[in-house]
Amino acid sequence: MCTYVTESFDCDGAGKGASGWFTVREGRVYVDHPYHSTHEHTVNIDFVNPAEGPSARVALELTEESALALVDAIHKALAAAPPGIASAKRR
Amino acid sequence: MTDAMWAGTVTINGHEGAELEAYLARPLSDRPRGGVVVIHHLPGYDEATKEITRKFAAHGYAAICPNLFSREGKGVSPDDQAAAARAKGGVPDEQVVGDVAAAAAHLNSLDHANGKIGVIGYCSGGRQAFLVACSLQIDAAVDCYGGFVVNSTPPDFPVKMTSLLSKAPDLSCPLLGLFGAEDTAPSPEEVNTLAAELGKLGKQFEFHTYPNAGHAFFAVDRNSYRPEAAVDGWKKVFDFFGRHLSA
Repeated sequence: MCTYVTESFDCDGAGKGASGWFTVREGRVYVDHPYHSTHEHTVNIDFVNPAEGPSARVALELTEESALALVDAIHKALAAAPPGIASAKRR
Repeated sequence: MTDAMWAGTVTINGHEGAELEAYLARPLSDRPRGGVVVIHHLPGYDEATKEITRKFAAHGYAAICPNLFSREGKGVSPDDQAAAARAKGGVPDEQVVGDVAAAAAHLNSLDHANGKIGVIGYCSGGRQAFLVACSLQIDAAVDCYGGFVVNSTPPDFPVKMTSLLSKAPDLSCPLLGLFGAEDTAPSPEEVNTLAAELGKLGKQFEFHTYPNAGHAFFAVDRNSYRPEAAVDGWKKVFDFFGRHLSA
């Protein structure tokens, strides 16, 4: 089914899309039909910059297991690094 | 008789005159033929849907698939267009009807058109095929596992899609419905409700629900592909269009 459920969050970073690097302003996570994956539903993660148009997008289509492994890996990587080293508050 | 075809991208003017990209495939023979508008699924105007469009041309129809997400930008790749359209909650029903009407008019403007038009849609396009068949005067419609035809989206759903059941009295043509028994949108119960309503209204329809198949059993590039259902489904589609789209 088409779920249309989307979790969006403000993003501060950079991503490399089809036409090169761009500033990422927003992240979107949704569980819905993918474009390229052969699974019927995937966890789709888009990093976008709406001001630069639809092509400013880095896209991932992951299985549920892969998406949760990604979340876990992010937590582990942050725990292994000095606290706050990648924070936007760090100057 | 030749089975050669022409296929490629054309530009048409859709709802409210918007410029739309569309994929056209038509036989090169000069035999009179019906037209088929192919409505793509939510993931967008993709290679698999273009292949479906060519399949209709290989079977003697002029077929066109309008890119319903064209408004997301010229030159933007179809996957990015689909993501942008999805983020906006999809496309409005009246816009889809206008775009399909334009696509049908384009088919009827081509040489050798016999004036008959069929529509077929998959997934969200299945719902839209039913919508179009209840909104325009066409000759045959095929709904492949379209959700939210009977049930409206739940109140907490991020986008609002209204049940189309109240439009059923306006269904303008015979309807073929192809569904999977393991699908949840539409569920077999929803399919039964639609069948009961169409039966009550005296509409011409035939529904087939395949066992061991769920949503998107026609999708050859996905794990959901079910060859037995798809092969039989295609046979039913061509039999149905053969009966209703000949002059």
